[in-house]
Amino acid sequence: MSEEIERTARRFSSIVLIVIIVVLVLSLTALYQAYELYLTNDPTVGYYLLIGFVGLALSTYMLFQTRRRIQGFTLKTPPITTTIVCSKCGLKNVRNFERGDYILKELGPCTKCEGTMMISAIYREVKQKGKKEKVFT
Amino acid sequence: MYVMIREIEGSLLRLKFIRDEGRKIAIKTIKETGKPEVDPTKRVDQFLEYVTIPPQSMDPAGIVWKLEHILDVREDRFKDDVKLMAPAADETNINNLENTLEAAAALNIIYKVIRHFYILGKKTLSLYIIMQIQMILPLIMREAEAYASALKAFSFGQPIGDGAGALVAAKLMHGHRKQKIEKDCVVAKVPLEGRTAYVIKAEGPGGNVGKPGEAIKRVVEKNDGKISAIIMIDAALKLEGEKPGEIAEGVGAAIGGPGTEQYKIEESILKYKIPINAVIIKEDIGDAVSPMRKEIFDATEVAVETVKRVIKERTKEGDTIIIAGIGNSIGVGQ
Repeated sequence: MSEEIERTARRFSSIVLIVIIVVLVLSLTALYQAYELYLTNDPTVGYYLLIGFVGLALSTYMLFQTRRRIQGFTLKTPPITTTIVCSKCGLKNVRNFERGDYILKELGPCTKCEGTMMISAIYREVKQKGKKEKVFT
Repeated sequence: MYVMIREIEGSLLRLKFIRDEGRKIAIKTIKETGKPEVDPTKRVDQFLEYVTIPPQSMDPAGIVWKLEHILDVREDRFKDDVKLMAPAADETNINNLENTLEAAAALNIIYKVIRHFYILGKKTLSLYIIMQIQMILPLIMREAEAYASALKAFSFGQPIGDGAGALVAAKLMHGHRKQKIEKDCVVAKVPLEGRTAYVIKAEGPGGNVGKPGEAIKRVVEKNDGKISAIIMIDAALKLEGEKPGEIAEGVGAAIGGPGTEQYKIEESILKYKIPINAVIIKEDIGDAVSPMRKEIFDATEVAVETVKRVIKERTKEGDTIIIAGIGNSIGVGQ
């Protein structure tokens, strides 16, 4: 069943691609036609120019949209930070998360004093992207 | 209608991708941590199709215990299956693998339900079937993305947002003697602000939520009901517009899940008329099941201070209280 959906999607993607190419070719033809008419001082040149540019913009936009959809098929792994702190002298060490890490895990003696190093925090930092949302407070 | 079908198709493809990735992650993690002698793929596929039939509710009397029994059987069966798939895995890894497989199974179900409505809509050419699935699709996709993040967190044993309550309890009980109480729960007797606090949490660092309701009931009975207050700390879903990591206080049993544990707590507090307070840490569904974000981690420190303030305000010196940190203890020791 899933293969059927994949096949359908692929078929639709190729249909979309054909539509994009056709629109692109037609708009380029319209632009060329506009150029020809411009040389003969024909008053309909404006219409051809408009059709040509609108078609060009539309096909480019559709092409970028298709590309964006393909790029969206990934699972992102956010970077996770592990903070290790000495319970006695407060020596702090921050590194990437490693399998087997857990909060409050003791990691052995401190390199500076006789205290014990312990994982005090494991978290991911989320960077706020884009413009700030207007929140009604 | 064509536009809606196209939209569902796109989402369905993404769901399929997430589902397949989840399955792959689960199999890879089992191979890495469990060192199985035979290929676990077939068993994983069987696991993903596992069904749990809830008890009949025509006569609702006693349904809580029936549901609890079914859930216990399910958990034991899951654990046994994981042990068979990953014979070299220790207790912590077994719990993490079980959580990983459960997340993969959830993704499988989401994909199959959406696929069902998509095919049904196309077969019947019913605008209403297509429309209803298209309307809830953004929420479903959000949930699926959240489970995808959960999968990675579970497979690596990273603390998740839902573990905020467990982390608060872990901070309070750290350095004190712990003992096992009930299924997958630990309790520590901690002197706090001149009171004696029984701090309860699910045993970490493996991924499990334990049975905090049963643990609270046990401590209450052990103290003949002489408990001045119960404080429960849990992560709760925030509304859009609220900041992740916001703390809210209230009353009542702050615990999610199927409801069996909440029922037990409410029965215990009613029997002895024990006041119950709740401290909740707000987060959205994505944050709840994905690796703990910094804002939520920082909020646990604020929650510890809130708990101490509630103790001072709501109880007297010399009182005995219960503090229960609710949530999945994956990646959180004690």
